[in-house]
Amino acid sequence: MDTFQETIFKLKRYWSDRGCIIQEPYDVEVGAGTMCPETFLRVLGPDAYRVAYIQPSRRPADGRYGENPNRLYKHQQLQVILKPSPSDIIDQYLGSLEAIGIDLSKHDLKFEEDNWESPTLGAWGIGWQVMMDGLEITQFTYFQQCGGIDLDLVPAEITYGIERLVAFLQDKSSVFEIDWTRETPYAKVRHAEELQHSVYNFEMADTEMLWQLFGLHEKECQRLVDSFAEYPDKARFPVLAAYDQVLKCSNVFNLLDARGAISVTERVGVIGRVRKLAVGVAGLWMAQNYPVVEEVA
Amino acid sequence: MPALPLLIEIGTEEIPDWMIRSALGNFREMVERALSDARLGGTVRLAEATPRRLALIVDGVLSRQQDSEELVMGPPASAAFKDGKPTGAAMGFAKKNGVDVAALHVEKTSKGEYVAVRKKLAGVEAGAILAEQLPQIILKIYFPKTMYWTGKGGPRFIRPIRWIVALLGGDVIPFTLAGVESGNVSQGHRRMGGNFAVSADSYVAQLAANGVILQAAERKQRILDGIAALVAGKGLTVKTDEALLETLVFLTEHPAPILGSFDAGYLSLPEEVLVTVMRHHQKYFSVADAAGKLAPHFVAVMNIAGDPDGIVRHGNERVLRARFNDARFFWEFDQKKKLAERVDSLANVTFQAKLGSYLDKTKRMVALVGELGGGADAGRAALLSKCDLTTDMVKEFTELQGVVGGLYARAQGEPEAVAQAIYDHYKPVSMEDAIPSTAEGRAVALADKIDTLRGCFGIGLIPSGSKDPFALRRAAQGVVKILVEGKIALPLAQVAGGDAALHEFLMDRVRYYCKDVRGFAYDEVNAVLAAGCESLPDVDERMTAIQAVRPTADFEPLAASFKRIKNILRQANFEAAGEVDGALLEPGAEAELFTAFAAAKTKVAELREGKDYRSALSVIASLRPQVDQFFDKVLVNAPDAKVRHNRLTLLANLLTEFSSIADFSEIVTSSQAS
Repeated sequence: MDTFQETIFKLKRYWSDRGCIIQEPYDVEVGAGTMCPETFLRVLGPDAYRVAYIQPSRRPADGRYGENPNRLYKHQQLQVILKPSPSDIIDQYLGSLEAIGIDLSKHDLKFEEDNWESPTLGAWGIGWQVMMDGLEITQFTYFQQCGGIDLDLVPAEITYGIERLVAFLQDKSSVFEIDWTRETPYAKVRHAEELQHSVYNFEMADTEMLWQLFGLHEKECQRLVDSFAEYPDKARFPVLAAYDQVLKCSNVFNLLDARGAISVTERVGVIGRVRKLAVGVAGLWMAQNYPVVEEVA
Repeated sequence: MPALPLLIEIGTEEIPDWMIRSALGNFREMVERALSDARLGGTVRLAEATPRRLALIVDGVLSRQQDSEELVMGPPASAAFKDGKPTGAAMGFAKKNGVDVAALHVEKTSKGEYVAVRKKLAGVEAGAILAEQLPQIILKIYFPKTMYWTGKGGPRFIRPIRWIVALLGGDVIPFTLAGVESGNVSQGHRRMGGNFAVSADSYVAQLAANGVILQAAERKQRILDGIAALVAGKGLTVKTDEALLETLVFLTEHPAPILGSFDAGYLSLPEEVLVTVMRHHQKYFSVADAAGKLAPHFVAVMNIAGDPDGIVRHGNERVLRARFNDARFFWEFDQKKKLAERVDSLANVTFQAKLGSYLDKTKRMVALVGELGGGADAGRAALLSKCDLTTDMVKEFTELQGVVGGLYARAQGEPEAVAQAIYDHYKPVSMEDAIPSTAEGRAVALADKIDTLRGCFGIGLIPSGSKDPFALRRAAQGVVKILVEGKIALPLAQVAGGDAALHEFLMDRVRYYCKDVRGFAYDEVNAVLAAGCESLPDVDERMTAIQAVRPTADFEPLAASFKRIKNILRQANFEAAGEVDGALLEPGAEAELFTAFAAAKTKVAELREGKDYRSALSVIASLRPQVDQFFDKVLVNAPDAKVRHNRLTLLANLLTEFSSIADFSEIVTSSQAS
């Protein structure tokens, strides 16, 4: 039986063998692997790209103080992007399951409709949740739009929830019982983090400070977006730094949400503010990388 | 011309189960129409679909169109021939059509004589026609939400198309769609089959050999038979669930049910929660024991032939355990704060931006329940009705809103009437669903729906076309159903609270309910509603009476007479109706009608008072001979103005008196309908 980390190694190796750049996790807090620049920005434009990476994903509202066997404040996603999606993409995906020791002839596999949408990122796609023996083991999405921009090439995004997948493979009833290595259980590595962040997110986070942070990051991002047009050397312009500010906003939004500080009415408005930034940065990234050459008459 | 079988299979990645049946129907219709338009004939032998394929086999398709003749009309004969010789016009026409002038002939038409030519059209090969049409047809199949996958601007379909089989007889109909070349190779079940060349005659068997059960009916039967075998002799029954069955039929290419179990300890959780987890989240059938109580088992349907080692069963049991643990966690956690302590926190849950929070809505509902005469328990239920929106259980299982509130209220010692009213207050959720079972439940349900309707109409959120984000039609339909079936005589004007648009919207729902749900004829509905609709239960009783009396011999002729009376009064601009002056009545037909009317009037009034509408209508209908005789023998427009006025008064009284059950002039009589 593979350990948590061996399963990750195998998936990375599998996708590396299929032409993916193996990236390391992005170092700004995100709610999902999709939000990393390696996905959000790279899916834009006409260039092919293949990348896979583990991304620890923070969802403050999902925290349960480490008490619930299946819910985590922070879980790890293995994110794979194949742009454009090859026609045998599903077979390749099924191969990845075999690569981590699943004998497909002995399991029940269904593809159930599940279209992904992120209003915060102005992004959506069409796809499935892949169910194995009644468990959702993967989210599979054909991206259609990102940052409000229709995509030139349609990427396939494959997202494995690693804890859930490994608990299934190791037949553990709690993610905390997963063998991270042969000697060390998952709980020993992560339980304190789950507990303490739950306490912070639900009980101690200073909402006033968070609102201020949101405002600051938003302002900084907007300032950058607004200054692009006048900036002389476009290639030097810090579009990527502006995108980090979007991610900061998104994370602060999630913290405020977990703290119950955002009413349902406000929610729509705040999501709209983040989306405006995301759409703005996506536009800059396109303008920077694929400038429209003005035709000389 | 040889007739050949046509086989088309569109191979895709997994199509959402709920779209498959209608897409297949749409595909079939378009192919049939294309064949018919191209005069290629053919009869559909098979139209079937699985998540990964839409397949059609059409027998008897002509390999080539029949040659045909077309009549092309030219210039008038008078212009085409002068003195028997062709003019420039005739020659031009002949040249344009590629024939010799000698081939022209003259056609007589209603507009005169014209030259014309019969052109022979050679039939086109069916393969060529289909090669052109099929790609267009395939892309035209209707799906509610489509995607592109080959790149921006590329073709759109529900999911990527990965292979296409297109065979006419033994020949491939060649075309390329979304980069896929049509051919004769199909694909089997993802894990139980391979790729293989097919033919129309052995298609179904070849698929079966590759793990695909093509026919939906057969997949369904397999599930049912499999379930029966699983529970045989165990004293268990599986609750029938047609919708779930349909889902599973189109979620699998090779369905096989398995029986799993869960710890009986979970049965301490409410059955509603357990069933929702199984049904909605895991797509399992729930299982009952011999006494009809929920048993600690479930049936899952696999998309694979078997589970000899119990691996799939074990996996499903593990998932269900985790889900039930979650539900137990929510249940216990939620109990820490009673519903009554959650009322204030509804201030943080928005109902609608302009209509305020759920706390605001709750306050309005409590007031409305009072207006509806709901009583203390109904008022308490209204106060607590929305509190479950703040519980973790409802956040996780939103479809259980209301139900969870009711269960929590019961667990927290609220009176049973309060708990049941909360439990039921979203009902009816559809026209098939029952209304709340208690008076308190009906009061809260009405208050909830009326508040939503008034509020949304008040801020201009009025449904138009298919746009109805707040499900106002359903809310209005629910109000109508509760008023009728709960026998609540609340006038719609009061429901609408003075909003004319809302009043009309409700009237539309009343008409819909009477016609489409209860099956009354549209003219009966119009007749009854025209006579007033203050109270919907009363409308229902009058409607039922009309329907019962309508087939009797006197009814429709009398209705025709009423219409005549109405016309006469309208033409005479007659409005004021005092008393009939007996002295002015002409003996015979007129006096007899008056006598019969006077007698009937008293009887009808009594019967109407006692709500015996059916007998009242029979009495009215029995006046037919006297009415007929009156129109036969008596001239309404009498020369003497006084007599004339008296006659009109008689007719007006007759009409008014007998129009309080239904306005008979709205009845479409068979002579009119024809």
